[in-house]
Amino acid sequence: MSFEWPWQYNFPPFFTLQPNVDTRQKQLAAWCSLALSYCRHHKLYTLGIMEVQECPVFNHKNIDRKLSTEAILIVFEELRKKGNLEWLDKNKTQCLVMWRRPEEWGKLIYQWVSKNGMVNTVFTLYELANGDDTESEEFHGLEEWMLIRSLQALQTDGKAEVITMDDGKGVKFF
Amino acid sequence: MSRLTEELSQKRWESTPMSQPIPTATNSQTGRTRAVGIVGIERKIEERRKETEKNISEAFEDLSKLMVKAKEMVELSRSIANKIKDKQGDITEDETIRFKSYLLSMGIANPVTRETHGSGTHYHLQLAKQLGDILLAPLEERGGMMALTEVYCLVNRARGMELLSPEDLVNACKMFESLKQPLRLRIFDSGVMVVQLQSHSEEEMISSALDNVTDKGSLTAEEFAKLLGLSVLLSKERLLLAEKMGHLCRDDSVEGLRFYPNLFNSQA
Repeated sequence: MSFEWPWQYNFPPFFTLQPNVDTRQKQLAAWCSLALSYCRHHKLYTLGIMEVQECPVFNHKNIDRKLSTEAILIVFEELRKKGNLEWLDKNKTQCLVMWRRPEEWGKLIYQWVSKNGMVNTVFTLYELANGDDTESEEFHGLEEWMLIRSLQALQTDGKAEVITMDDGKGVKFF
Repeated sequence: MSRLTEELSQKRWESTPMSQPIPTATNSQTGRTRAVGIVGIERKIEERRKETEKNISEAFEDLSKLMVKAKEMVELSRSIANKIKDKQGDITEDETIRFKSYLLSMGIANPVTRETHGSGTHYHLQLAKQLGDILLAPLEERGGMMALTEVYCLVNRARGMELLSPEDLVNACKMFESLKQPLRLRIFDSGVMVVQLQSHSEEEMISSALDNVTDKGSLTAEEFAKLLGLSVLLSKERLLLAEKMGHLCRDDSVEGLRFYPNLFNSQA
């Protein structure tokens, strides 16, 4: 399924940071949702600032418009404030994109676990993210760092416990 | 012939008169020498100053002649203006009207000057009144708004003599409101100053900007200026104002600054 661009993507002013405050708020909201849905579609979990500038999201070659680095950082800051982004380094060159927040992932995983009556079972992390059983699930292919965070979120809720085993980590659901 | 040879032999042209020994020359008493030396220098400076003054007054001689002629011209136009007022002489109706318009673009009957009305607020008040009269027609022609620089040029061209300084113009314009004149001095965010007719409607300006931009899809300040027949400066101010009110948004790229209808607001 190909990615569907929102109408703003073809609107040249979208790529200029608007000086009018109200207009800017709407513009940034649109950027945040575009960035997140693009990452979700392509299952991107980490972004580097360098590649991002050339990414079709921020560089629309067809209309010859691109978002400036300054503006990209502002969009990322918005995402960070909303809890969808985390910087991996102080210099802001790499970041984690959470188009779904850990709590949301945790909920999805737990739903699948309880739906299949697998509560009180122990899973290895590998099984969860890459096992055959979970192939059709959205969380299939979830990167380990994200998986761990989601499980930790469930742990806080008392719905799971992360266990350390000989050859890696596992989880038990309650 | 003999006279000639005689003159030649004497070479009278070569003998220069002995210059009077200036009492600044070598004197044994050192203290005295220094004081006298300074007097010599001072004298030199004085001479130089006199020379410069002479040069300047020579240079401006022509100008004062010009001023005299100009005064005569002003007198002439003043007398004709009065004659028209009294309807003396055989001048037809539309000749009168034409002449009046020439006068307006060329000279005012009684320019308010610092001499007649002094300087300071009183001067600015009178000036503001006069400006209020002069600027009404040009403002109407230009859609109710003129940049202060345009006003400056227009007014000074009309005055001919006794030109207004920029400060005087600004101070006079600031008094429009207190004098209940139908004009206003307005300063935009960008610092641009304009004189605006009070009857001039802001919403009308903004909605016309929005209509024009929507009609053409998008506009730059230059394109808008051409469309309305206004200066680029004023049309840019209109677009910026419409953007400030949230009706337009901007597209800033290497191609230039372009304004679009604000679809962020109007579209979901």
